[in-house]
Amino acid sequence: MTRINEALLRSLTPSVLGILVRRGADFAAAEDAVQDALVEALRVWPADPSPSSELHPRALNFVRAGETPLSREDPIRDPKGWLVTVAWRKFLDATRADAARRRREDLVDEEPPPGPAPAVDDTLQLYFLCAHPSLTPSSAVALTLRAVGGLTTRQIAHAYLVPEATMAQRISRAKRTVSGVRFDQPGDVATVLRVLYLVFNEGYSGEVDLAAEAIRLTRQLAAAIDHPEVAGLLALMLLHHARRATRTAPDGSLVPLAEQDRGRWDTEAIAEGVEILQAALARDRLGEYQAQAAIAALHADAPTAEETDWVQIVEWYDELARLTDSPVVRLNRAVAVGEADGPRAGLAALASLNDTLPRHTAVAAYLHERDGDLTTAARLYAEAAHKAPNLAERDYLTRQAARLNARLSR
Amino acid sequence: MAKYLLLKHYRGAPAAANDVPMDKWTPEEISAHVQYMNDFAARLEKTGEFVDGQALAPEGTWVRYDGEGRPPVTDGPFAETKDLIAGWMVIDVDSYERAVELAGELSAAPGAGGKPIHEWLELRPFLGAPPTITECTFK
Repeated sequence: MTRINEALLRSLTPSVLGILVRRGADFAAAEDAVQDALVEALRVWPADPSPSSELHPRALNFVRAGETPLSREDPIRDPKGWLVTVAWRKFLDATRADAARRRREDLVDEEPPPGPAPAVDDTLQLYFLCAHPSLTPSSAVALTLRAVGGLTTRQIAHAYLVPEATMAQRISRAKRTVSGVRFDQPGDVATVLRVLYLVFNEGYSGEVDLAAEAIRLTRQLAAAIDHPEVAGLLALMLLHHARRATRTAPDGSLVPLAEQDRGRWDTEAIAEGVEILQAALARDRLGEYQAQAAIAALHADAPTAEETDWVQIVEWYDELARLTDSPVVRLNRAVAVGEADGPRAGLAALASLNDTLPRHTAVAAYLHERDGDLTTAARLYAEAAHKAPNLAERDYLTRQAARLNARLSR
Repeated sequence: MAKYLLLKHYRGAPAAANDVPMDKWTPEEISAHVQYMNDFAARLEKTGEFVDGQALAPEGTWVRYDGEGRPPVTDGPFAETKDLIAGWMVIDVDSYERAVELAGELSAAPGAGGKPIHEWLELRPFLGAPPTITECTFK
């Protein structure tokens, strides 16, 4: 199986699932049936001979709900129709098996009911359902990756380094939690964005590239709903993703923004992110993702670290602090103030913040170094390393302490 | 979404409230204890929070490198080692508060007289992967 086919398959997941639900399947059973159909497709579909066939116009000639696919045995010609047919059959099989187990006599119709025309986009409804506020963040993430992203339980389990059995339970529990939620109930975009943000930002790199998957899912959401914050999040992801290759050295150690090789930043992703952001900002409905994206765009726009427009970045942090009232934002603002108005100003901004905040000590160390107080900076870097929330940051901070200590002992 | 290690000590933890050595329990009390531990792990699998659980033999060997071309040096076990790990459980939870709640439940496992041991468990966060977005200058 080639990558292209799998990507195409997964992009079809939400609409196929939506069709089954509109035909009357309950969400949990429909989701299982679509997963089974995806697995079947990966098993029986012929390998894609050319990468361009995904773009073949006939491949995207999808059937609508209630229509019978023109050719049930031609997945290349009509992949979505094929998936709907197979998933529906799987659903009927499972329902019948279930009914037999319970010794019920209920007759299940072989032919799918026509189903009403969708009032709202199915894909959008799926996002709302999978990010429902009754779910915990980790459950919402897992359910979104499976039901909207079309990933298998095994792939999700690998991405979050938990056993497959645990992830299977997490997903089925999540499905039970939302089983009473009506499918056509409107949801809150903010909860969906938080889940996608988590997918982008947290998780490990394994077989599945979660950051790329988050971008794909956010892009798909942006196509389903016109909302400046969805655009803002997509821009934010693209702008950060553009720097990914330069953020770590070959040995895995962190490379700070100021030392990254800007020539290797992905200019195409930056251009797209900036364009999406500008269109969103023009609508004058500012939100936290647009503000964060604006900061990322200002970094991306600077040809060298020295040319960064820190004054404007501080202004965006002020906006962000007004929007979120987050202490982490104020901490990052102190760094920007340190660059815009000098380290003393940065330390003054830092002084008003609680020193138990994550990375507070690391910021203090950096500002003291900029201020020329290497002894204090070295001590604080070592202290910050001790408190670091992950190995890469700990190693980075330990190296900073070691670098200063070596200079001090000369 | 964060992983935590729940560490159970043979030695080195503060004294439990119901601090009777296991070999002084009745066989039924031991069975009840084992059952409680199994049920706890099974329940965590159901909630999708279980990652791993293992018990360790009380006695191990100390090993160190002894130079090029030489076999490693082994020593011990040392009776005076203060800290002795008995076993662990790894959980994947949404918050620190949830991790504390679960550790508290595990510590309530029944011991002598069928009463909770109130054993001290050590809760240690894993150092995970660095997030993409922190907006810090060093990221």
